Amino acid sequence: MAHSTNRRNFMATTLQSVGLAALGGMLWSGYTDSVKASPLVLRPPGALPEKDFLTACIKCGLCAEACVNRDTNVDKETGKQRPGTLQMAKGGDSLLIGTPFFIPLEVPCYMCEDIPCVPVCPSGALDMPSLLNDKKELDINKSRMGLAVVHKESCISYWGIQCDACYRACPLLDSAITIEYQKNERTGKHAYLLPIVHDNACTGCGLCEQACVTEEPAIFVLPNQVAKGKAGDHYVKGWDAKDQERVQNAKEIHTKTKRSEKEASEYLNMEVEY
Amino acid sequence: MSLNRRDFLKNSAAVAAAGAVGISVPQEAQAAAAKAESKWRWDKAACRFCGTGCGIMLATKNGRIVAVKGDPAAPVNRGLNCIKGYFNAKIMYGADRLKTPLLRMNDKGKFDKKGKFKPVSWERAFDEMEVHIKKALKASGPEGVGVFASGQYTVMEGYAAQKMMKAGFRSNAIDPNARHCMASAVVGFYQTFGIDEPSGCYDDIELTDTIVSWGSNMAEMHPILWSRVTDRKLSNPDKVKVVNISTYRHRTSDLADIEIIFTPNTDLALWNYIAREIVMRDAKEKIIDWDFVKEHMVFATGPANIGYGMRRSGEKSITPVKKDGSAGKYSALEMETINKEMSKVLSENEGKALEPYGYKAGDTMKHTAGTLKHWEISFEEYKKSLEPYTLEYTAKVAKGDPNEDIEVFKKKLQALADLYIEKNRKVVSFWTMGMNQHTRGTWVNTLSYNVHFMLNKQAKPGSGAFSLTGQPSACGTAREVGTFCHRLPADMMVKNPKHRKITEKGWHVPNGTINPVGNQHIMKIHRDIEDGVIKFAWVNVCNAYQDSASASHWIKAAREMDNFIVTSDGYPGISAKVSDLVLPSAMIYEKWGAYGNAERRTQHWRQQVLPVGDAMSDTWQWVELSKRFTVKDLWGDYTLRNKKKLPNVIKAAKKMGYKPTTTMYDILFANKKAKSYKLDMKKFPQKGYDNSECLGDSRNVKGSDGKVFKGYGFMIHEYLFEEYASFGRGHGHDLAPFNVYHKVRGLKWPVVNGKETQWRFNVKYDPYAAKAAKESGAKDFAFYGTLAKALAQGDLKGIKDKKKKSLKNKAKIYARPYMDPPEMPDKNYDTWLCTGRVLEHWHSGTMTMRVPELFRAVPEALCYMHPGDAKAKGFKQGGLIWVDSRRGKVKARVETRGRNRPPQGLVFVPWFDEKVFINKVCLDATCPMSKQTDYKKCAVKLYKA
Repeated sequence: MAHSTNRRNFMATTLQSVGLAALGGMLWSGYTDSVKASPLVLRPPGALPEKDFLTACIKCGLCAEACVNRDTNVDKETGKQRPGTLQMAKGGDSLLIGTPFFIPLEVPCYMCEDIPCVPVCPSGALDMPSLLNDKKELDINKSRMGLAVVHKESCISYWGIQCDACYRACPLLDSAITIEYQKNERTGKHAYLLPIVHDNACTGCGLCEQACVTEEPAIFVLPNQVAKGKAGDHYVKGWDAKDQERVQNAKEIHTKTKRSEKEASEYLNMEVEY
Repeated sequence: MSLNRRDFLKNSAAVAAAGAVGISVPQEAQAAAAKAESKWRWDKAACRFCGTGCGIMLATKNGRIVAVKGDPAAPVNRGLNCIKGYFNAKIMYGADRLKTPLLRMNDKGKFDKKGKFKPVSWERAFDEMEVHIKKALKASGPEGVGVFASGQYTVMEGYAAQKMMKAGFRSNAIDPNARHCMASAVVGFYQTFGIDEPSGCYDDIELTDTIVSWGSNMAEMHPILWSRVTDRKLSNPDKVKVVNISTYRHRTSDLADIEIIFTPNTDLALWNYIAREIVMRDAKEKIIDWDFVKEHMVFATGPANIGYGMRRSGEKSITPVKKDGSAGKYSALEMETINKEMSKVLSENEGKALEPYGYKAGDTMKHTAGTLKHWEISFEEYKKSLEPYTLEYTAKVAKGDPNEDIEVFKKKLQALADLYIEKNRKVVSFWTMGMNQHTRGTWVNTLSYNVHFMLNKQAKPGSGAFSLTGQPSACGTAREVGTFCHRLPADMMVKNPKHRKITEKGWHVPNGTINPVGNQHIMKIHRDIEDGVIKFAWVNVCNAYQDSASASHWIKAAREMDNFIVTSDGYPGISAKVSDLVLPSAMIYEKWGAYGNAERRTQHWRQQVLPVGDAMSDTWQWVELSKRFTVKDLWGDYTLRNKKKLPNVIKAAKKMGYKPTTTMYDILFANKKAKSYKLDMKKFPQKGYDNSECLGDSRNVKGSDGKVFKGYGFMIHEYLFEEYASFGRGHGHDLAPFNVYHKVRGLKWPVVNGKETQWRFNVKYDPYAAKAAKESGAKDFAFYGTLAKALAQGDLKGIKDKKKKSLKNKAKIYARPYMDPPEMPDKNYDTWLCTGRVLEHWHSGTMTMRVPELFRAVPEALCYMHPGDAKAKGFKQGGLIWVDSRRGKVKARVETRGRNRPPQGLVFVPWFDEKVFINKVCLDATCPMSKQTDYKKCAVKLYKA
């Protein structure tokens, strides 16, 4: 039983493997501090931002159970259960023990339309309201588990090979991944069909990573805070009427640099040789 | 000059690319590239997969293929591939490759159909084949021996199989899986041009203004060609238009300016609508090129009551008919559809289309078994046939998406017609299985040429109707060599006594050897096995038991009846599983070979590595088999099923110098001409390359006589190729010499005076057309094909004057009506089922499902469905359902968000996955003229599993 989610069993073996007893007087919070910096973890849909998630998650395992037990998770041939997507972190995973995560290359998130893992979360660590659409229906497309990133040097589509397996595997094809066409100047008569990820739609499910045919996936899911940058709130794209929405939380602007850190009079009154 | 890795890569790429365009690269850089790769041997070959025919190069090291690259010098792909081609280096090394013959045996070591497979020697394998073939011949004559041939045979394999079957066994029951793939296109060519294969070539893509894809998912099925279409579009995005015409949305729509979703079968109506627009608007807008039409075209039509290619009443397996509606081996439900084969009540929609032909809705149409018969009609009659296809009628019949506004649909149809009609706009129409796998596939193929002919947009650069071929050598082998039940090499026909004589002469066998009755096409072979007529069948380079519709019937017949089924393959699939004997075949780069792609480009390669285990090529298997049969065994007289007699040619054979004990091997394969093709390991192209059939190899395989096989001692590959080529040279099918193909990246036939032909029938580009035009007095075109070029005269209702008029050098424009398919959704089975493929997998998946990356990308066949249908039927995305027809059911996972987005009322299931055996569900109705199965439409019901 590769993914035993029996909670009692799980806690017992995990505690043993970590040898928590050996930690002696180390405080629990100290331990959580040391692992919360694990930057590459992908959490279930609807998970709060990682810092809040770690505080809220009570490690009950109900989300992982709901995932593996979902009625579509059946092997077509044997009728038996297939491995679930969500795993519970064990000691040595360099993640906070007992919290749920997934590895797309092993089992991606299948983007269930009824999102079985979220409504069962008792603590709100998986925040159901964040996954409701305007009609107050569950909408898996609103999840932001991570962001798929394409490494163009290892992506054979960027070589000119006709691939795009990730695009065809994406449940939001044509919005999360689109194909951009470019002339192949080397051959003069072919075109590149390049997969491009769009962060306004990508949920980070990892079906793309699972489908990628290169030796190490050229498209892979990273947590949002690792995959994304931020442009800054002071500049609005003048040609895009909707861009002002992006900066609606802009704050007052105050700046200080090494050049400006002294008071004006202090600067002016300093003795300096030119 | 020393190079680091980055520089080296840059240099190799430079050398390869430079080689492709003829720019010289500094000597140092060339030498540097050669040195770095010196432990690898690179050699050119063709890709194993689709009809695009990309050129590749393979690197071998220590007797194994280690890498592949797209061949930068290949005009088709210039160094690129799709992800199937990308894995050509891996396909031969799957873990469960067949390595030894396997026979079903009981504990006593005797053949037993109920026994388990155990390894046996080649000698034993051939012993069993010999015994069972002789048994089959005794029981049913030559019609009792069948071969499931292939569009993936190399030219040599196909030719060897054809010779042994037609001259040796005198059996015409050899038919390729290209029957399932291209037959409608072939008969369309024959009926229209009098000769097979496209007039244009891939260069049309770079020259055209418009690409219309009809029932073809080029984005997934011909990816490199699609890459070229995309580049053409990018070159002039405003002028160049792309149209996707399909029964469901797929990835080809992504680039399309117009997407037309139509109801299955109504492509017949759409083509007729366009033709009607042309004809009705002509008086005002001067659209038809009357000079061209008057000089080169005649109008024609044929009978409409040709049925659907299903079993006809009286056939053994549907007898007796019982009270509950079942008949013989077929259930009452199955008979609901099969009964339409004999007669059918015409629907409203088809009634309207058939009115000009003398029918009306509500009539009971009685069907013949299909006929190629046709006759000449006047333009006025042709015009009459187009009357029904008004925009109103066509939109009503053809609109395939119930949620699309019909006014929007109508606008699309008008835009489509306008694109074809626009003066000076070049147009290429592409199609593959949508138009070919069709119970009126021959008709719809001919309808495409109608439009292009009237506009004089055919057989010229950038314009033409272009039938895309699916398989890598359906053209090169199946069609050109003629491995069909009714064909001989180079477009000759079994039923033509002149053609038989020419072939017999070329093969050096007596007059009268070849069986004049050639009607056992693939579905008939399956049906004949089920009827107990065929007692021996051999599957070659295909998966006949996974790829044929109504599959349960054929599997039952193979497993339970008194027969002997053999499968030769690289990997074990369904066909092997239901066979009695399984033979390990050498795969593509383990033998010398040649393929011919969709643009008539013949490409050759050399043997790169030794076959795995004891595998031997299909050529070897056929040649070895021929050693077991003598003149006495095979050339006595037979009485065929239709009471026709095959004469005894043993006496005639004696006159030719053969004895009753002379083997077919000596006559067909190791004859004087064959032996004149010497082995020469000192000269190109043989130097440095293995040649297992001719020299044996270091595996020391124990052959069909139990002794180590040491090779035939002559260059059998060159012999087979050259003898086959001799039939076509001088007859419009000219191929270059064997050695030339080893120097170049393929050549498009006809190759005349060393020059390939880009546009056939066009006086400017085709030397045959130039020659024919001189005789006919034409200036620009000559449609010089000779099949069916003399016609009786009549009207839409029938022949009125039996006297045949010659149409030498002309082609035909056909009046063909819209008709319904035999099985459509109804109360009980409420959804259309369409089947097809996905980019990641080839055919039945025997090769690609064994490549880990491709398997992981698409591990299972899904049932693509509209989310509205899933919701209405209570299905969950990712949930399991039954897809159930009158013939069988399969379990599949629901996909509402995938690459294929059907309209409501239709589902799509690809057939690569043996665990989603969709051909159990499909219907074996065929085009009654081409005998090609219609896999694209039948009726299913869906419910939770």
